[in-house]
Amino acid sequence: MATVELTFSALPAHVRTARLVATAIARRTGVSEALLDEVRLAVGEACSRAVEAHRVHCPGEPIVIELRDDSGRFEVTVTDVAPSDDLQQPVVPTDGALLPEMPGLGIAVIAGLADDVEVSSGAKGMRIRMSWPASPNGVAAV
Amino acid sequence: MDLKLDHHSEDNLTIVDVEGEIDVYTAPRLRELLIDLVNKGNFHLLVNMEKVDFLDSTGLGVLVGGLKRVRAHDGSLELVCTQERILKIFRITGLTKVFGIYASVDEAKEAHGRDK
Repeated sequence: MATVELTFSALPAHVRTARLVATAIARRTGVSEALLDEVRLAVGEACSRAVEAHRVHCPGEPIVIELRDDSGRFEVTVTDVAPSDDLQQPVVPTDGALLPEMPGLGIAVIAGLADDVEVSSGAKGMRIRMSWPASPNGVAAV
Repeated sequence: MDLKLDHHSEDNLTIVDVEGEIDVYTAPRLRELLIDLVNKGNFHLLVNMEKVDFLDSTGLGVLVGGLKRVRAHDGSLELVCTQERILKIFRITGLTKVFGIYASVDEAKEAHGRDK
């Protein structure tokens, strides 16, 4: 069962909020301080990708992020409902806010950060699940 | 933390001081500044990232875009960065081979002077 579920509109400003929430829960769950930067960056990358995809395909639909602390791991799942056939395609700028220089880079960064990553995509959207080791009793040792 | 941008010129080099978080929300502002500087004829840019708290792939894309633009004018875009958490994302993406990354503004200026 998800410890925390966060739903947010496809706005770039909300990505920072998602990062902050994920980092706070990771810390409480017992992820070591040394890994918190990786959690923050990986969650930010997954949410940024989802926001950009939603803004192109379905700006009115929300993005869902689930944060779990099952079995001594901190698990984050970011789910969007935008068709993900454009994963490696340049995103078309709509208002100057989207940045087409390096499409697909976010997934590469996530793969380089989380030691356990699973990306599933299809016509109904993309789901990125990633996890990190956490203290079984929560709250990382300092 | 939001993004603060400032810039000034020293000799033939334009130093861009960046402070705060560069992400999908704030990166467009950096992108606009880099484009504006290039459009005004500043083709040798040094981006000082010593006060950057957070950088994601959107920010990397902006820096790569800036590099492409200055190179089209035989220019350069180099970085000052010593923070491990920022350097890590450059290493993961292989961009340490693309950008000149220096430990200080003085070191970068010295290298730039040698290359002129």
